[in-house]
Amino acid sequence: MSDDIRQARQTAGRPNLRRFHQARWDEPVIFELSTPGARGILPPDVEEGIAAAAGDVLATIPDALRRRAAPKLPEMSQVHVLRHYVRLSQEVLGADMNIDVGQGTCTMKYNPKVNDQLARLPEISELHPLQDESTIQGMLEIYYQLEQFLKEISGLDRFTFQPGAGSQAIFTSALMIRAYHASRGESAKRDEVITTLLSHPSDAACARTAGYKVITLHPESSGLPAKDALKAAVSERTAALLITNPEDTGIFNPRISQFVEIVHDAGGLCFYDQANANGLLGITRARDAGFDMCHFNLHKTFSAPHGCGGPGTGAAGCTSALERFLPAPTVERQGDHYYLDYDRPDSIGKVRSFFGVASAVLKAYAWVMSLGADGLREVAETAVLNNNYLLKRVLDIPGVSAPYAEGTRRIEQVRYSWETLCKETGVSSEDIGLRAADFGVHYWTSHHPFIVPEPMTLEPTESYSQADLDEYAAILGHVAEEARTQPEVVKTAPHNSPVHRVSDTRYLDNPEMWAITWRAYLRKHGGEE
Amino acid sequence: MTKNRQVVYPYIPNSVPSVRRQMLAEIGVPDVNSLFAAIPESLRLDRRLNLPEPLLSEQALRAHVEGLLARNATCRQRLNFRGAGCYQHYVPAVCDEINSRGEFLTAYAGEPYEDHGRFQALFEYTSMMGELLEMDVVNVPIYDGFQAAATSILMASRITGRREVLVSASVSGDKLAMMRSYCEPVVSLRRVSINTKNGLLDVAALQMALSDSTAAVYFENPSYLGVIEDQAQTIASLAHESGAVCVVGADPISLGVMAPPVNYGADIVCGDIQPLGMHMQFGGGQAGFIATRDEEKYVMQYPSRLFGIAPTTVSGEYGFGDVAYERTSFAVREEGKEWVGTATALWGITAGVYLALMGPRGMEELGEGIMQRSHYAAMRLGAIRGVWSPALDSAFFQEFVVNFDGTGKTVAEVNKGLLEDGIFGGVDLTTEFPDLGQSALYCVTEVHTQADIDRLATALEEVLQ
Repeated sequence: MSDDIRQARQTAGRPNLRRFHQARWDEPVIFELSTPGARGILPPDVEEGIAAAAGDVLATIPDALRRRAAPKLPEMSQVHVLRHYVRLSQEVLGADMNIDVGQGTCTMKYNPKVNDQLARLPEISELHPLQDESTIQGMLEIYYQLEQFLKEISGLDRFTFQPGAGSQAIFTSALMIRAYHASRGESAKRDEVITTLLSHPSDAACARTAGYKVITLHPESSGLPAKDALKAAVSERTAALLITNPEDTGIFNPRISQFVEIVHDAGGLCFYDQANANGLLGITRARDAGFDMCHFNLHKTFSAPHGCGGPGTGAAGCTSALERFLPAPTVERQGDHYYLDYDRPDSIGKVRSFFGVASAVLKAYAWVMSLGADGLREVAETAVLNNNYLLKRVLDIPGVSAPYAEGTRRIEQVRYSWETLCKETGVSSEDIGLRAADFGVHYWTSHHPFIVPEPMTLEPTESYSQADLDEYAAILGHVAEEARTQPEVVKTAPHNSPVHRVSDTRYLDNPEMWAITWRAYLRKHGGEE
Repeated sequence: MTKNRQVVYPYIPNSVPSVRRQMLAEIGVPDVNSLFAAIPESLRLDRRLNLPEPLLSEQALRAHVEGLLARNATCRQRLNFRGAGCYQHYVPAVCDEINSRGEFLTAYAGEPYEDHGRFQALFEYTSMMGELLEMDVVNVPIYDGFQAAATSILMASRITGRREVLVSASVSGDKLAMMRSYCEPVVSLRRVSINTKNGLLDVAALQMALSDSTAAVYFENPSYLGVIEDQAQTIASLAHESGAVCVVGADPISLGVMAPPVNYGADIVCGDIQPLGMHMQFGGGQAGFIATRDEEKYVMQYPSRLFGIAPTTVSGEYGFGDVAYERTSFAVREEGKEWVGTATALWGITAGVYLALMGPRGMEELGEGIMQRSHYAAMRLGAIRGVWSPALDSAFFQEFVVNFDGTGKTVAEVNKGLLEDGIFGGVDLTTEFPDLGQSALYCVTEVHTQADIDRLATALEEVLQ
């Protein structure tokens, strides 16, 4: 027996799987931490001069509108608030901690810390959006310059950063499509939007919200929608095509420009959902495939953090022919002066208040500035390199497959299937994902419907090393093996997470039982009125 | 500069040349280009992107961005009296501490197990909002208060099966325009006039407009113009008599002293949580909430995530999960209610921290302190010759209209003069509310001291001389 600890950390020259256990604080719900009378922070006192002059201000509130019973918020000292939330934070497996390749379609990449620090400077955090233009020149320049970058990256002519996320950018584009056809007197006639089943659900849902009937094309064995199916779907009723490429399979549609032509010939517009653009930066552009519009997620491809689900930014771009419909205001430049142009009579107006999420715009700007043209290409190349490397590693695991277009290189992600393993062992993809959490990683299955059976979608962006990818594949391999040898361990996972599986889903589906707030829980399950 | 030196990028681990070579060999391709074989040559960009040369060192990058930001003048360097939806309140240090935590900041959409803390923190946020609003259902935050209002209206339309909504004319122009374009395919919005003397809703006009096609009546309390709508109960009753839903937009920071809208008849309450611990961030701190009673017909109309509490396989352990997921576009694409996606979760977590720090006493003291300051400011400005302040004859919370018609100057001229004194004067209302003449909307909060307000009054006197 060697006394070198390192020897016991590996087997046959490969590192052993991590003996991971996530923080488990068994933390009470915050209301249970309340101590009557405790204070977390004290608001500033008003000066006597103000108090005397203002008088009894509460008496000015009409009786029926005055709060009589204090809100039943918890009462806690500051350190207890801090401790509670630090503990909760430790019960979250953020991208800073894990090999986050399992959140396919979401482009989990390193969020540079310097950009977070810059976005917290008072020169942005303490700006009111309605300040005089002369006092926000730096902010406007950042907006303006990032727009120039995205124009170059996409080939399109204008961008707005008002939408607060990708879906809102899709919705913005749908409104612009509506406005375009209305400007031609065709809005009543053109009431259909075409999308594909492997494009994001929001391409369908946002179009519907904007008033469109949605036609969905299904994939063939190539993983791609058939050109003939598109031809059959288009008509004088077609308002637009909303399509992701590569779709969530990571397969690039080589006939994409023909798709665009078919829709254009029918009088429709084409929107390129570029949520999956990470492998395409500097490689191919929306404009070159003929698209009229596209969007990028600044919180995905352009490195702004995801924040547990926002705030983010969906940068929506368009050609000059559609520019007049963009949300107002736009950021314009005259010499060295930047200004906001509200005089846009054909604009769809506002989609979000003010100018969107400025911190995400700043972080995306800084990220592009840190990389330049060569760096962006390096991002794309490495994302694709990592993906094809992981693909090879994962396909070495018995029981998993990469449906569609066998042998085709994938771009930035792959939607895998555990169907074979599931048939053999009864262990589902969801089970495998939950068991993976016991080793400090997680993965996402896919959006519904699961047309790929037992799906798993992996997107190893440029932020992961070869060793990271090896570790991730080794975890999957280990769990697949467990599915055969001790399936119960997998089916009851996670074991090392902060909590265990929900045991009664009626609490989430049954109106008599669900509790969406603590007060509802106390009423329904705690016998309180 | 051409690519004349091999850069190893700190953000890209596999940019190390020897590692790349090894990985390519493992995949079995000669070079990275082969991996792009599926992309037709005709679609490939045959040149470098035309972008500025990069700032490869972090030090150079920081200096560059700080240099750009230095061209801004902040509300700390200047004295700010603008609100109009984005408010300058004090942000407790613990709020920033928690939303800077990498675990929260960089997480996204893990399962309720490895991301337990995300689910619990958001459940606690909705629960504390539930106490503030005295409502049993609150959603995981959405984009902003605009979105919250628009979605509330569509929910009301789906609940009632009706397609017209009456909206108070005191809603901001931007917000009304957004609501209109969002709801247009389903619902038409009609404005109900306000009394320009006091800013309150014209109840007679409302009565005239209500019909059996009215899905909802929407008003705000306090309103965009700052006034407290003292006919709230009457408005809600009238809505209900017509079978319509009463939707109220509320500023949560006011609810330590103002009654929760459900007390005067609101069925759906919505608004923006930016005041609860978010820096202004040039408008980037906005986040929307919607709250309702716990009735299935309401719950099933939310497009947003709703987190619920549930038992786990271990006795005594709290678990969480998505409630009624099947109503969402994640589950059923275009058959879902509107859509759901990334929104503003981090701000929800932060607002939870804020409410926990403030507690019931803090919210009450803060609300009273804001009102004392805003009332003092309104009086001080009203004492200036030719200035009419508060210009609307109603109770108000933290914002109030100041009218300059008697001074011979426009709001634009006044604000220009104040800016020279380092003051951001009130938001110019002349375009949005031409009926109010030369009026501006001033916002005064707990961040303002007596000296700040006195300085404003003195500067204004000078500007108007």
